[in-house]
Amino acid sequence: MSKKKNIAFMGVFLALALVCSYVESLIPFYFGIPGMKLGLTNIVIIIILYCMGTKEAYCLSVLRVILAGFLFGNMFSILYSMAGAMLSLTVMYLLKKTGKFKIVTVSTLGGICHNIGQLTVASFVVENYYVFYYLPFLLIAGFITGLLIGIGAQEISLRVKRFF
Amino acid sequence: MRRKEQMENTGKRFSKRDAWLLAAAALVILVVFVIFRQFSGGSGSTVTVTVGGEVYGTYSLDEDQKIDIKINGTVTNVLVIRDHQADMTEADCPDQLCVRQKAISKDHETIVCLPNQVVAEVSNPNGENELDDVAN
Repeated sequence: MSKKKNIAFMGVFLALALVCSYVESLIPFYFGIPGMKLGLTNIVIIIILYCMGTKEAYCLSVLRVILAGFLFGNMFSILYSMAGAMLSLTVMYLLKKTGKFKIVTVSTLGGICHNIGQLTVASFVVENYYVFYYLPFLLIAGFITGLLIGIGAQEISLRVKRFF
Repeated sequence: MRRKEQMENTGKRFSKRDAWLLAAAALVILVVFVIFRQFSGGSGSTVTVTVGGEVYGTYSLDEDQKIDIKINGTVTNVLVIRDHQADMTEADCPDQLCVRQKAISKDHETIVCLPNQVVAEVSNPNGENELDDVAN
Protein backbone atom coordinates (compact mmCIF):
# COMPACT_ATOMS: atom_id res chain seq x y z
CA MET A 1 0.00 0.00 0.00
CA SER A 2 1.32 3.44 -0.85
CA LYS A 3 2.39 5.73 1.95
CA LYS A 4 -0.23 8.37 1.20
CA LYS A 5 -3.04 5.88 1.19
CA ASN A 6 -1.70 4.44 4.42
CA ILE A 7 -1.80 7.82 6.16
CA ALA A 8 -5.33 8.47 4.95
CA PHE A 9 -6.45 5.05 6.20
CA MET A 10 -4.85 5.67 9.57
CA GLY A 11 -6.66 8.99 9.93
CA VAL A 12 -10.01 7.42 9.11
CA PHE A 13 -9.43 4.54 11.49
CA LEU A 14 -8.32 6.84 14.31
CA ALA A 15 -11.55 8.79 13.86
CA LEU A 16 -13.48 5.51 13.88
CA ALA A 17 -11.74 4.39 17.08
CA LEU A 18 -12.58 7.70 18.76
CA VAL A 19 -16.22 7.41 17.68
CA CYS A 20 -16.26 3.92 19.22
CA SER A 21 -14.84 5.35 22.46
CA TYR A 22 -17.54 7.99 22.45
CA VAL A 23 -20.35 5.52 21.76
CA GLU A 24 -19.00 3.37 24.55
CA SER A 25 -19.06 6.27 26.99
CA LEU A 26 -22.77 6.68 26.19
CA ILE A 27 -23.72 3.05 26.82
CA PRO A 28 -24.40 2.45 30.51
CA PHE A 29 -22.63 -0.90 30.46
CA TYR A 30 -22.12 -1.14 34.16
CA PHE A 31 -22.65 -3.90 36.68
CA GLY A 32 -21.19 -2.45 39.85
CA ILE A 33 -17.67 -3.51 39.01
CA PRO A 34 -15.11 -0.80 38.31
CA GLY A 35 -13.24 -0.82 35.02
CA MET A 36 -15.69 -3.01 33.14
CA LYS A 37 -16.17 -1.94 29.55
CA LEU A 38 -17.37 -3.37 26.27
CA GLY A 39 -14.15 -2.50 24.44
CA LEU A 40 -15.73 -1.53 21.12
CA THR A 41 -12.54 0.20 19.98
CA ASN A 42 -10.80 -3.13 20.08
CA ILE A 43 -12.66 -4.06 16.87
CA VAL A 44 -10.86 -1.23 15.10
CA ILE A 45 -7.49 -2.12 16.64
CA ILE A 46 -7.84 -5.79 15.65
CA ILE A 47 -8.80 -4.92 12.09
CA ILE A 48 -5.76 -2.64 11.83
CA LEU A 49 -3.55 -5.37 13.32
CA TYR A 50 -4.77 -7.92 10.78
CA CYS A 51 -5.22 -5.77 7.70
CA MET A 52 -2.47 -3.15 7.96
CA GLY A 53 0.26 -4.15 10.37
CA THR A 54 1.68 -4.24 13.86
CA LYS A 55 3.35 -0.82 13.82
CA GLU A 56 0.13 0.80 12.66
CA ALA A 57 -1.88 -0.98 15.35
CA TYR A 58 0.44 0.23 18.13
CA CYS A 59 0.49 3.76 16.75
CA LEU A 60 -3.29 3.89 16.53
CA SER A 61 -3.77 2.36 19.96
CA VAL A 62 -1.51 4.90 21.69
CA LEU A 63 -3.11 7.85 19.90
CA ARG A 64 -6.57 6.52 20.61
CA VAL A 65 -5.95 6.15 24.35
CA ILE A 66 -4.44 9.63 24.69
CA LEU A 67 -7.10 11.41 22.62
CA ALA A 68 -10.03 9.52 24.17
CA GLY A 69 -8.55 10.23 27.60
CA PHE A 70 -8.45 13.97 26.92
CA LEU A 71 -11.94 13.95 25.41
CA PHE A 72 -13.92 11.66 27.71
CA GLY A 73 -11.67 10.84 30.67
CA ASN A 74 -8.90 12.19 32.84
CA MET A 75 -5.21 11.72 33.56
CA PHE A 76 -5.81 8.50 35.44
CA SER A 77 -8.05 6.97 32.84
CA ILE A 78 -5.27 7.59 30.29
CA LEU A 79 -2.78 5.90 32.58
CA TYR A 80 -4.70 2.72 33.14
CA SER A 81 -6.25 2.52 29.69
CA MET A 82 -2.73 2.75 28.30
CA ALA A 83 -1.50 -0.13 30.46
CA GLY A 84 -4.47 -2.25 29.45
CA ALA A 85 -4.21 -1.35 25.77
CA MET A 86 -0.47 -2.03 25.54
CA LEU A 87 -0.59 -5.36 27.37
CA SER A 88 -3.61 -6.47 25.38
CA LEU A 89 -2.12 -5.44 22.03
CA THR A 90 1.22 -7.09 22.81
CA VAL A 91 -0.48 -10.36 23.71
CA MET A 92 -2.67 -10.17 20.61
CA TYR A 93 0.37 -9.44 18.43
CA LEU A 94 2.28 -12.42 19.85
CA LEU A 95 -0.70 -14.75 19.43
CA LYS A 96 -1.21 -13.53 15.88
CA LYS A 97 2.49 -14.03 15.15
CA THR A 98 2.26 -17.72 16.04
CA GLY A 99 -0.21 -17.97 13.16
CA LYS A 100 -2.07 -20.74 14.91
CA PHE A 101 -5.09 -18.93 16.23
CA LYS A 102 -8.11 -17.21 14.75
CA ILE A 103 -9.19 -13.66 15.50
CA VAL A 104 -11.84 -14.78 18.01
CA THR A 105 -9.24 -16.40 20.25
CA VAL A 106 -6.74 -13.59 19.83
CA SER A 107 -9.39 -11.04 20.79
CA THR A 108 -10.58 -13.02 23.82
CA LEU A 109 -7.07 -13.30 25.24
CA GLY A 110 -6.55 -9.63 24.44
CA GLY A 111 -9.70 -8.72 26.34
CA ILE A 112 -8.58 -10.65 29.39
CA CYS A 113 -5.10 -9.08 29.31
CA HIS A 114 -6.57 -5.62 28.90
CA ASN A 115 -8.31 -6.00 32.23
CA ILE A 116 -5.25 -7.49 33.92
CA GLY A 117 -3.11 -4.54 32.80
CA GLN A 118 -5.70 -2.03 33.87
CA LEU A 119 -6.18 -3.56 37.29
CA THR A 120 -2.43 -3.80 37.91
CA VAL A 121 -1.92 -0.10 37.24
CA ALA A 122 -5.02 0.78 39.27
CA SER A 123 -3.65 -1.11 42.27
CA PHE A 124 -0.31 0.74 41.95
CA VAL A 125 -2.03 4.11 41.69
CA VAL A 126 -4.09 3.65 44.84
CA GLU A 127 -1.38 1.58 46.57
CA ASN A 128 -3.92 -1.01 47.61
CA TYR A 129 -3.57 -4.57 46.45
CA TYR A 130 -7.00 -5.67 47.57
CA VAL A 131 -8.25 -4.05 44.38
CA PHE A 132 -7.40 -7.49 43.00
CA TYR A 133 -10.55 -8.64 44.74
CA TYR A 134 -12.21 -7.72 41.46
CA LEU A 135 -9.78 -9.76 39.37
CA PRO A 136 -12.02 -12.82 38.87
CA PHE A 137 -14.98 -10.68 37.81
CA LEU A 138 -12.83 -8.64 35.45
CA LEU A 139 -11.31 -11.79 33.95
CA ILE A 140 -14.77 -13.16 33.21
CA ALA A 141 -15.87 -9.81 31.81
CA GLY A 142 -12.73 -9.64 29.66
CA PHE A 143 -13.38 -13.14 28.35
CA ILE A 144 -16.98 -12.44 27.39
CA THR A 145 -16.45 -8.99 25.88
CA GLY A 146 -13.27 -10.14 24.12
CA LEU A 147 -15.15 -13.07 22.61
CA LEU A 148 -18.02 -10.90 21.37
CA ILE A 149 -15.67 -8.25 20.01
CA GLY A 150 -13.62 -11.03 18.40
CA ILE A 151 -16.62 -12.48 16.59
CA GLY A 152 -17.46 -8.99 15.31
CA ALA A 153 -13.89 -8.26 14.25
CA GLN A 154 -13.61 -11.65 12.55
CA GLU A 155 -16.68 -11.09 10.43
CA ILE A 156 -15.65 -7.56 9.51
CA SER A 157 -12.08 -8.46 8.66
CA LEU A 158 -13.13 -11.40 6.43
CA ARG A 159 -15.26 -9.01 4.40
CA VAL A 160 -12.98 -5.99 4.47
CA LYS A 161 -9.56 -7.52 3.92
CA ARG A 162 -9.71 -7.42 0.14
CA PHE A 163 -9.95 -3.61 0.18
CA PHE A 164 -6.48 -3.25 1.64
CA MET B 1 -21.31 -14.87 -5.35
CA ARG B 2 -22.25 -14.31 -1.75
CA ARG B 3 -22.75 -18.03 -1.21
CA LYS B 4 -19.35 -18.75 -2.74
CA GLU B 5 -17.65 -16.20 -0.50
CA GLN B 6 -19.24 -17.69 2.57
CA MET B 7 -18.10 -21.15 1.53
CA GLU B 8 -14.55 -19.90 1.21
CA ASN B 9 -14.74 -18.35 4.62
CA THR B 10 -15.90 -21.40 6.54
CA GLY B 11 -12.99 -22.76 8.47
CA LYS B 12 -11.37 -19.35 8.64
CA ARG B 13 -13.35 -18.49 11.75
CA PHE B 14 -12.64 -21.17 14.28
CA SER B 15 -10.41 -24.20 14.64
CA LYS B 16 -9.82 -26.94 17.15
CA ARG B 17 -6.75 -25.13 18.45
CA ASP B 18 -8.84 -22.05 19.17
CA ALA B 19 -11.30 -24.15 21.12
CA TRP B 20 -8.48 -25.63 23.19
CA LEU B 21 -6.89 -22.28 24.02
CA LEU B 22 -10.25 -20.73 24.89
CA ALA B 23 -11.13 -23.70 27.07
CA ALA B 24 -7.75 -23.42 28.82
CA ALA B 25 -8.31 -19.69 29.42
CA ALA B 26 -11.79 -20.38 30.77
CA LEU B 27 -10.37 -23.04 33.08
CA VAL B 28 -7.70 -20.68 34.44
CA ILE B 29 -10.36 -18.04 35.08
CA LEU B 30 -12.51 -20.60 36.86
CA VAL B 31 -9.59 -21.63 39.09
CA VAL B 32 -8.79 -17.98 39.91
CA PHE B 33 -12.45 -17.41 40.67
CA VAL B 34 -12.66 -20.39 43.04
CA ILE B 35 -9.40 -19.44 44.80
CA PHE B 36 -10.56 -15.86 45.30
CA ARG B 37 -13.92 -17.05 46.61
CA GLN B 38 -12.11 -19.18 49.18
CA PHE B 39 -10.17 -16.23 50.51
CA SER B 40 -13.10 -13.83 50.73
CA GLY B 41 -16.76 -13.98 51.44
CA GLY B 42 -16.71 -13.45 55.21
CA SER B 43 -18.53 -10.35 56.29
CA GLY B 44 -16.44 -7.45 57.52
CA SER B 45 -16.92 -5.28 60.57
CA THR B 46 -15.00 -2.11 59.76
CA VAL B 47 -14.28 0.00 56.73
CA THR B 48 -10.88 1.65 56.33
CA VAL B 49 -10.48 4.70 54.14
CA THR B 50 -7.08 5.39 52.65
CA VAL B 51 -6.01 8.41 50.61
CA GLY B 52 -2.94 7.95 48.41
CA GLY B 53 -2.01 4.81 50.34
CA GLU B 54 -2.15 6.49 53.76
CA VAL B 55 -4.84 5.60 56.26
CA TYR B 56 -7.44 8.35 56.56
CA GLY B 57 -9.65 6.66 59.11
CA THR B 58 -11.29 3.41 60.20
CA TYR B 59 -15.02 3.28 60.81
CA SER B 60 -17.34 0.64 62.22
CA LEU B 61 -19.96 -0.80 59.90
CA ASP B 62 -22.26 -1.32 62.88
CA GLU B 63 -23.24 2.31 63.28
CA ASP B 64 -24.86 4.35 60.54
CA GLN B 65 -22.74 7.36 59.71
CA LYS B 66 -21.75 9.78 56.99
CA ILE B 67 -18.04 10.34 56.43
CA ASP B 68 -16.80 13.40 54.57
CA ILE B 69 -13.41 12.61 53.07
CA LYS B 70 -11.42 15.82 52.86
CA ILE B 71 -8.27 16.31 50.85
CA ASN B 72 -6.45 19.58 51.50
CA GLY B 73 -9.49 20.99 53.29
CA THR B 74 -12.09 20.34 50.59
CA VAL B 75 -14.55 17.47 50.68
CA THR B 76 -13.82 15.25 47.68
CA ASN B 77 -15.77 12.11 48.53
CA VAL B 78 -18.63 11.19 50.84
CA LEU B 79 -18.92 7.68 52.23
CA VAL B 80 -22.18 6.65 53.86
CA ILE B 81 -22.51 3.65 56.17
CA ARG B 82 -26.02 2.26 56.48
CA ASP B 83 -27.35 -1.22 57.28
CA HIS B 84 -23.78 -2.59 57.69
CA GLN B 85 -22.90 -1.47 54.18
CA ALA B 86 -20.57 1.27 53.03
CA ASP B 87 -21.46 3.20 49.91
CA MET B 88 -19.74 6.09 48.17
CA THR B 89 -22.49 8.61 47.54
CA GLU B 90 -20.59 11.66 46.35
CA ALA B 91 -17.37 12.35 44.51
CA ASP B 92 -16.07 15.46 42.82
CA CYS B 93 -14.46 13.61 39.93
CA PRO B 94 -16.03 13.64 36.45
CA ASP B 95 -16.30 9.89 35.86
CA GLN B 96 -18.32 9.09 39.02
CA LEU B 97 -17.33 5.44 38.76
CA CYS B 98 -16.99 5.02 42.52
CA VAL B 99 -20.43 6.53 43.12
CA ARG B 100 -22.07 4.11 40.71
CA GLN B 101 -20.34 1.17 42.32
CA LYS B 102 -22.51 -0.95 44.58
CA ALA B 103 -22.31 -0.75 48.39
CA ILE B 104 -19.70 -2.96 50.04
CA SER B 105 -19.92 -5.10 53.16
CA LYS B 106 -17.80 -8.25 52.68
CA ASP B 107 -14.23 -8.69 53.85
CA HIS B 108 -11.69 -7.14 51.44
CA GLU B 109 -14.31 -5.56 49.21
CA THR B 110 -13.21 -2.14 48.05
CA ILE B 111 -14.56 1.02 46.51
CA VAL B 112 -11.91 2.90 44.59
CA CYS B 113 -11.94 6.49 43.42
CA LEU B 114 -8.94 6.63 41.14
CA PRO B 115 -8.80 10.36 40.37
CA ASN B 116 -8.68 11.21 44.09
CA GLN B 117 -6.72 8.07 45.02
CA VAL B 118 -9.33 7.30 47.66
CA VAL B 119 -9.90 3.68 48.65
CA ALA B 120 -12.55 2.40 51.04
CA GLU B 121 -11.89 -1.17 52.08
CA VAL B 122 -13.90 -3.48 54.32
CA SER B 123 -11.89 -5.49 56.83
CA ASN B 124 -12.45 -7.75 59.74
CA PRO B 125 -9.91 -6.92 62.48
CA ASN B 126 -11.24 -9.44 64.98
CA GLY B 127 -11.08 -12.53 62.79
CA GLU B 128 -12.76 -14.84 65.30
CA ASN B 129 -16.13 -13.35 64.39
CA GLU B 130 -15.94 -15.16 61.10
CA LEU B 131 -15.66 -18.51 62.87
CA ASP B 132 -18.64 -17.61 65.01
CA ASP B 133 -20.61 -16.83 61.90
CA VAL B 134 -19.76 -20.24 60.50
CA ALA B 135 -20.67 -21.95 63.78
CA ASN B 136 -23.98 -20.14 63.87
